[in-house]
Amino acid sequence: MSYLDILTIGPELILVLFCLVSLLVGSFYDSIKTSGFIFLLTIGILILIAILIYISPYKTIPAFGGAFIRDAFATYFQITILISVVALLVLSKDYLIKYDLLKFEYPILIAFATLGMLVVVSSENLLVLYLGIEIQSLSLYVIAAFRRDNVRSTEAGLKYFVLGSLSSGLMLFGASLIYGSTGSIEFKEIFIAISSDGFLLGIMAGLVFLISGLAFKASAVPFHMWTPDVYEGSPTPVTGFFATAPKVAAIAILLRVLFDCFGSAVESWQQVIIVLSFCSMFLGSIAAIGQKNIKRLMAFSSIGHVGFALIGVACATEEGVAAVLIYMVLYVIMNIGVFAFILNMEREGVAVTSIESLSLYSEVSQGQAFFLTILLFSLAGIPPLVGFFGKFYIFSAAINSGLIWLAVSGGIASVVAAFYYLRIVYLMYFGAKKELLTGNMPFTHWLLLIVTATLMLVGTINLFGLEGPARVAAVSLLN
Amino acid sequence: MQASEMAFYFFSVVIVISAMLVVISRNPVHSVLWLIATFFGSSGLFILLGAEFLALILMIVYVGAVAVLFMFVVMMLNINFDQLRSGFTRYLPVGLLIGLILFVELSLVFSHWIPANSYDSKIQDSTIGDVENTKQLGLVLYTDFILYFQLAGIILLIAMIGAIVLTHQRKRNVKRQDILTQIYRDPEKAIELKDIKPGQGL
Repeated sequence: MSYLDILTIGPELILVLFCLVSLLVGSFYDSIKTSGFIFLLTIGILILIAILIYISPYKTIPAFGGAFIRDAFATYFQITILISVVALLVLSKDYLIKYDLLKFEYPILIAFATLGMLVVVSSENLLVLYLGIEIQSLSLYVIAAFRRDNVRSTEAGLKYFVLGSLSSGLMLFGASLIYGSTGSIEFKEIFIAISSDGFLLGIMAGLVFLISGLAFKASAVPFHMWTPDVYEGSPTPVTGFFATAPKVAAIAILLRVLFDCFGSAVESWQQVIIVLSFCSMFLGSIAAIGQKNIKRLMAFSSIGHVGFALIGVACATEEGVAAVLIYMVLYVIMNIGVFAFILNMEREGVAVTSIESLSLYSEVSQGQAFFLTILLFSLAGIPPLVGFFGKFYIFSAAINSGLIWLAVSGGIASVVAAFYYLRIVYLMYFGAKKELLTGNMPFTHWLLLIVTATLMLVGTINLFGLEGPARVAAVSLLN
Repeated sequence: MQASEMAFYFFSVVIVISAMLVVISRNPVHSVLWLIATFFGSSGLFILLGAEFLALILMIVYVGAVAVLFMFVVMMLNINFDQLRSGFTRYLPVGLLIGLILFVELSLVFSHWIPANSYDSKIQDSTIGDVENTKQLGLVLYTDFILYFQLAGIILLIAMIGAIVLTHQRKRNVKRQDILTQIYRDPEKAIELKDIKPGQGL
């Protein structure tokens, strides 16, 4: 360990110190006021860390003997993750106060989960990868069960915990097989071993286990079974959190492992990713049609979107990776907007999550219905909204790398998926007369809803200049 | 036969027999005791391999903490073990079949196991030189491996926070010890002496 290592990992270190200090403060002065204060402070610190990571000059130098690297790829994902966490924290405060869930542990656990995601994205060996994933998922298990007097929430937490530990076990087993065949846990060394000695049987078995574990974290079919239950059971802000940052982190790790570690054996993992992607797209689109609960619907929607992102991974080209990077950012923005809306679905002070209850919402609030419509159109990938361009990049990358049939089936899946997004729009404008929702919305939620929806329209001009950084990040991953 | 070989067979036989007894013994307390015997046998195997640190950790953590914890669970929770075990003979054939499949799969993998050429150069024998491996671990734990070590520490911290968040009840009307008020209590004011005459009340 040297001075330079500390500087490289500085932002993460600040986050850890902040968590420890606020944990102490919180346990000594335990009141709603301190919890609110720590909440705001966490948001501030996360923004600060995003800025620090952006301006950090200590990039591309591996720290801790090559275990940790903050290259352009890591920076891109870390900033995306931090921004989405900040947005979700801003959204969740009102909800937590309303349902008496505002404890000081909530922001701290979220901050710890963020730490895990930051570490995992810049990991350069299998041990840091595993430790980062554990930090992330252990915090997520707890906040899934955060509403502990609610049966659904505890069920969600328990289910997530049991299945999550199973997937961690699979991943560890895979990592140990890879270590057993190459004698190293460093991504670089494994890469060299594969290039010089070929793709050994042990590495193949290890890779399959590793991908299964990571696919579980990203909730790709057939490792998705936990997703709908956990999304439905968790408190709504937590569901929103699950749908954004951890998903991005999971895709980032998958890219990191596949390209940094197994980049010289593309043909050995390509079919696996293609199968995962194909199944996720279709299950996400078709199973969502029958859903009555909007949180479950968003769970299947996220499964479907992971499927689309995996098309880009399967391309195994620079263009494909850049498309995935763009797609994940757009996905996060859209989900933040939609969850800003879902958090405020209530009738007479009771939270409602059934899709039916949205009927004739346009009579309650013309503005909210309009902005939500834009976001849903974008999620469905209808041109000229930004969501369309995300899919467009993915599909064109797939076509350029010869995966035409996958691109075509992706197109079919997105048409099927459009049905359930449009059904919500239909209900909002032409639904049957029913008891209407209250439709109140705090200012911050309004703001985020408007901002995200506007981004969907404005972004069509140049995608907020996202393409440049995404290309740079993709290049840094592939080299 | 060498002494180390004999020790290996002794420990292995102990492990296999006591592991079987863990499953088939009727009394759950006996099962836990047999489990402890299994741990002891495994730590003996680690010592034979020259990994004395791992052996001692196995003793301290598994025998000292985990097995005792099991014992507490078995004795405190009223689990009906006969009911749990009722399907034993019914599930035995399936279990054996799965075990056989796993065995065949593993032997297929390990009979074709080829490590990479660079493997030997990277794997070092932990017993090289006269530095024992406890000391070796001590040398790298806070230097080369500080990142891993601290990250693992954070994981444990989160587990603790999680356990407290999910189980701790904040009751407002519980009487707790307040040390400061105890210290500042003035004996002059706390105790009042009264002279009571015989035959009179207060």
